[in-house]
Amino acid sequence: MAVCVAVIAKENYPLYIRSVPTENELKFHYMVHTSLDVVDEKISAMGKALVDQRELYLGLLYPTEDYKVYGYVTNSKVKFVMVVDSSNTALRDNEIRSMFRKLHNSYTDVMCNPFYTPGDRIQSRAFDGMVTSMMIQVC
Amino acid sequence: MDAPEEPVPPVIYTMENKPIVTCAGDQNLFTSIYPTLSQQLPREPMEWRRSYGRAPKMIHLESNFVQFKEELLPKEGNKALLTFPFLHIYWTECCDTEVYKATVKDDLTKWQNVLKAHSSVDWLIVVVENDAKKRNKTNILPRTSIVDKIRNDFCNKQSDRCVVLSDPLKDSSRTQESWNAFLTKLRTLLLMSFTKNLGKFEDDMRTLREKRTEPGWSFCDYFMVQEELAFVFEMLQQFEDALVQYDELDALFSQYVVNFGAGDGANWLTFFCQPVKSWNGLILRKPIDMEKRGLIQRQEATLLDLRSYLFSRQCTLLLFLQRPWEVAQRALELLHGCVQELKLLEFCRDWVSVPPGALDCWVFLSCLEVLQRIEGCCDRAQIDSNIAHTVGLWSYATEKLKSLGYLCGLVSEQGPNSEDLNRTVDLLAGLGAERPETANTAQSPYKKLKEALSSVEAFEKHYLDLSHATIEMYTSIGRIRSAKFVGKDLAEFYMRKKSPQKAEIYLQGALKNYLAEGWALPITHTRKQLAECQKHLGQIENYLQTSSLLASDRHLTGNEREYFCREILSFASQQADSPGHKIVLPMHSFAQLRDLHFTPSNAVVHVGGVLSVEITVCSQMPVPVHAEQIAISVHFSIEKNNYRKTAEWLTKHKTANGIVSFPAETSPFPTSQNSLPALELCEMFERSPSDNSLHTTGIICKNVHVLLRKQESGASLEAPSGAALEAGAHVLKCNAVTLEPGPNAITFRTQAKEPGTYTLRQLCASVGPVWFVLPHIYPLVQYDVYSQEPQLHVEPLADSLLAGIPQKVKFTVTTGHYTVKNGDSLQLSNVEAMLILGHEENRAVIYSNMRAPATGGESTVPGMTEPHGKHKDTQKGGHCMATMDHKVSIDCPWSIYSTVISLTFSMPFRTTHSLLSSGTRKYVQVCVQNLSELDFQLSDSHLVDTGDSTDLRLIPLNTESEQRIHSRQAVFFVWELKWTQEPPPSLHCRFSVGFSPASEERLSVSLKPYTYEFQVDNFLTLYSVRAEISPPPGTELCKTGSLCSLEVSITRLSDLSDADKDEALTEREDYFSTKLMYEVVDNSSNWAVCGKSSGVISMPVAARATHRVHMEVMPLFAGYLPLPDVRLFKYLPHHSAHSSQLDADSWIENDSLSVDKHVDDQLDSGSVQSRGSTRSVAGSEHKGLPMPRLRALPPGQAFNASAGTQVLVIPSQDDHVLEVSVT
Repeated sequence: MAVCVAVIAKENYPLYIRSVPTENELKFHYMVHTSLDVVDEKISAMGKALVDQRELYLGLLYPTEDYKVYGYVTNSKVKFVMVVDSSNTALRDNEIRSMFRKLHNSYTDVMCNPFYTPGDRIQSRAFDGMVTSMMIQVC
Repeated sequence: MDAPEEPVPPVIYTMENKPIVTCAGDQNLFTSIYPTLSQQLPREPMEWRRSYGRAPKMIHLESNFVQFKEELLPKEGNKALLTFPFLHIYWTECCDTEVYKATVKDDLTKWQNVLKAHSSVDWLIVVVENDAKKRNKTNILPRTSIVDKIRNDFCNKQSDRCVVLSDPLKDSSRTQESWNAFLTKLRTLLLMSFTKNLGKFEDDMRTLREKRTEPGWSFCDYFMVQEELAFVFEMLQQFEDALVQYDELDALFSQYVVNFGAGDGANWLTFFCQPVKSWNGLILRKPIDMEKRGLIQRQEATLLDLRSYLFSRQCTLLLFLQRPWEVAQRALELLHGCVQELKLLEFCRDWVSVPPGALDCWVFLSCLEVLQRIEGCCDRAQIDSNIAHTVGLWSYATEKLKSLGYLCGLVSEQGPNSEDLNRTVDLLAGLGAERPETANTAQSPYKKLKEALSSVEAFEKHYLDLSHATIEMYTSIGRIRSAKFVGKDLAEFYMRKKSPQKAEIYLQGALKNYLAEGWALPITHTRKQLAECQKHLGQIENYLQTSSLLASDRHLTGNEREYFCREILSFASQQADSPGHKIVLPMHSFAQLRDLHFTPSNAVVHVGGVLSVEITVCSQMPVPVHAEQIAISVHFSIEKNNYRKTAEWLTKHKTANGIVSFPAETSPFPTSQNSLPALELCEMFERSPSDNSLHTTGIICKNVHVLLRKQESGASLEAPSGAALEAGAHVLKCNAVTLEPGPNAITFRTQAKEPGTYTLRQLCASVGPVWFVLPHIYPLVQYDVYSQEPQLHVEPLADSLLAGIPQKVKFTVTTGHYTVKNGDSLQLSNVEAMLILGHEENRAVIYSNMRAPATGGESTVPGMTEPHGKHKDTQKGGHCMATMDHKVSIDCPWSIYSTVISLTFSMPFRTTHSLLSSGTRKYVQVCVQNLSELDFQLSDSHLVDTGDSTDLRLIPLNTESEQRIHSRQAVFFVWELKWTQEPPPSLHCRFSVGFSPASEERLSVSLKPYTYEFQVDNFLTLYSVRAEISPPPGTELCKTGSLCSLEVSITRLSDLSDADKDEALTEREDYFSTKLMYEVVDNSSNWAVCGKSSGVISMPVAARATHRVHMEVMPLFAGYLPLPDVRLFKYLPHHSAHSSQLDADSWIENDSLSVDKHVDDQLDSGSVQSRGSTRSVAGSEHKGLPMPRLRALPPGQAFNASAGTQVLVIPSQDDHVLEVSVT
């Protein structure tokens, strides 16, 4: 179960960020923002690899005592960041990967909406619903 | 121990263990061979093939050779591997059968039995051969026999268990060969033993592991077993494999904890669930922490102990493997994991009780221990380039120290209280005593923590050291965000310590970072902290600005927003008493300009007109705010021709209703990305002026200046300097406005004063001394005030003005900004020749009012009231020119200068005159031609002699006194000249005729008559020329084709007169004569002149003198033919050189009278010549030498008496022949 899901634009401003309502939202904002450092680092390290071989999943960005922060970057440099509770050991890499893929698909749907202006905050209900399902899901 | 081939072997503690090999038999022999053996054995690697599909490995073998003892052999069930003898070797150099049979065989049998008893099959018998011994004992059996015997006795089917080593201590090729074979055998057997025994061990271990669900299974026991395997791998320098063992243990344990947390409890785990009493951190300086290992073995270890031990082993192995960065990474995972596990256990079972802060201590110590361990085995450069791996630990340590500080009351201003101190003492107790291996290190983690917790000052020092180091590291590897985040913690610390001046820079830095990337919540949070900091610092301006931003921040609760809004308002009301000090803040946080609307909607007003501007301002404040004044400062520019520009601009930019909308900040977050205005692009085409073909095209970004400016200064949004108050003379004001939250409409009214373009620059709202300023209003908003100077146009009503008659002229006054007052008048100053006919009752009237300033045209209607357009009749006297200009100077009431207007009049008539003769009687004819479109009535025609000749009379022959002359027609007037005495050589006349427009009814004014003055010269008739054609003798009538005689008689009609006095006159004894030239020309080609057609005659100057000339002419046609012309010329000699020039002039003069034929040519010409045939020749000759000249007689002097007479010519009989031949 994800406790926070964020979509971050190429320019590093948040397109979408949502966290579980029980927790302090601000904390996750800081956490996701700080994780961009590692995302940037990983992207620039990846830059040398061929584009078509590039792995979109960035893996664990950094662990904290309570959370694990995972990253994913699309080819257009839009970043997905997911924060997962550390105690939730049931979530393995593969689950995280598939969650990211789901997120990516849903994001692609948002982008395909002709009424959506790229760069705007995501307000799609479908996307929101999908994120909600990710947040309650596994646990 | 042979180190692996590494350039810099790490300074690590290694195990002294090597696989054990026992030696039995001849100990002396072995002792002699041992040095070579122990040296040679590890020299060459051997491939180790592994079971379970594990990759084969090259391995350097070493052994610990010990003397064989039965106690060494493991008993049944003993799992110890480290002490396990992998190979048993029996050494003998026996070469004597007797000896063999006597002692060696028994010994061997005994040895074998012991081995068998322990079911050990890994043995080897070495027979060392010595040439020296062989030579001494010649009677011995061949050496093979001993070996064969041994093989036969002991190695049934395993002949390879007995090897021969020849002359081991010699240096020969044979020895070498023998050694190699022996070593290979030895290694092979060792590996075989390893494979077999380790395989067996692993199998046993797995079996044990499978039993883990059974009750009574002990993780610690299993741990010891698997660690034994790890030790062996480490002993074999297979660190990778050793690490795998620990990792498996790690994973197994983690899984248990997880399962335990999930409710699947395993009894054995309760051993680890003891209360945590010691948190002295990781110990990484020893290869094996035997103390902790003992705890595990005795099943007394806590979770932290187990984890610590496990990690210390992993760390050691990783360092062997030259992977220090993995140590750092794993350390972080471990620490996080442990904290989680303890929480889990604490939460689930409430068994593990951890005193508050204990974990923080453990983590802090462990972090530093790991970092120091890594630093201990790496050089500076390596560490610097791998900060990314270690910085996490630094950051974690900082975090933990911070929380310890807060826990122990070391951060508060007052210092720790007694409760805090008790807690500190408890924590320090849990650390225990410092370990001996770090006791001498000054900077040991233990010492650091102890010191940090000892006092407020020490804590501050350590915390700042750590924080700064962490920030520096983050910054150096480009993790700016992380650095800012740590900086924010530091700022919080400073705020707690009441040093806001130190906190500010960190908060500002973080805020800038969040702003640049548009993270709304962190922005709000950081701003709140910054506001507090600025308040403490007394930075009023900054505080107010931050407060305004926070008051408008939708991420705050209503109460918070209100609080910040009240902060501003209360400041404003406090400072209201002391005016003068202004605080300028940017407006965007306070209120946003939504749209703007001009009335009139085109934003163009005339001078004096009223313009209103209505703006919609969206207040961002949560409560109504009363602004004393809202002002728009306006930039004024007098720009010529800007009116058109604006009009153009209007059509392009303004909507029909005149509303200008301002781009609202689309996102509620003031991010630099979102607040950028959209690109304004337009196409551009340039066509070549010559052929209109497209030669350039492109796209222009019209608001590039805005885009670029915003990007550069996007980060400095918070800087108060961004909003400078512009001092401008022109300000639109609106006083006492209460801005409700949300949209507010504010209307400004202004009376336009100076003409020009007014650009709205800044919007400014003042609340007490606080001024909220919108520094730039974009897009550009302008309004225009125009002023038109009063203008006067004068134009005729008709197409053109005619001289001499009254006509109407229209005066158009465009008043522009001038207001016409009652009694204003135009004063016209005119020349006398032009009269202005004013009518008393005729006043100007305003007939058109100012509707749209764009339409300048006004027409006039005569009326009775005050002016707008004035209308007057004008009349002017005529003159005798085709056109003439008259200037009128007009003094206008609005100007001190006179306006000079030029009016052009055309003459309606053209007049010509001519002199007519009849013998000696003379007539003057005047022709008046009407050129205008109008009809005129002519009356009172007069011709008077203006000369003084009194005896001259002019008798009019005109009958009617009034005549109508129609447009484009002519009227002739004739007078006869009569005189009694000698008339003057020239006559000056003036013709005058009254005229008035025929259509016009009676005019109130008398019009001046039209006059024409002219002069007539030499009008007296001197010569009469008479021509007569008589038919050939014998015939009645002239016939075509037959020669007729032409008689020309030239008669002098008067005596010598003044007119004769010229060069042609010759005087001889009172006898005057003049030379004349006659010429017969038939222009109509009716006649052919035969023979000389011209000649020069000398004419006596006396009345009645006659000269006759005969010549032959031939009529060419039949009928009444006019006679050929006879022309007379004065023939002037060429006597004087100086007159030649004059001659030429006069000749040219004559030329204009169409005498263009030279005399000389004509003198001999006897045939008919067309005119002008030799003209060019004559012209050129004339230039060369002086020639006689001709002068035509003035028309009055020669009278052609036979003009108009005709001769009847009858056609000849055979005229058809002639006609053909001539034409």
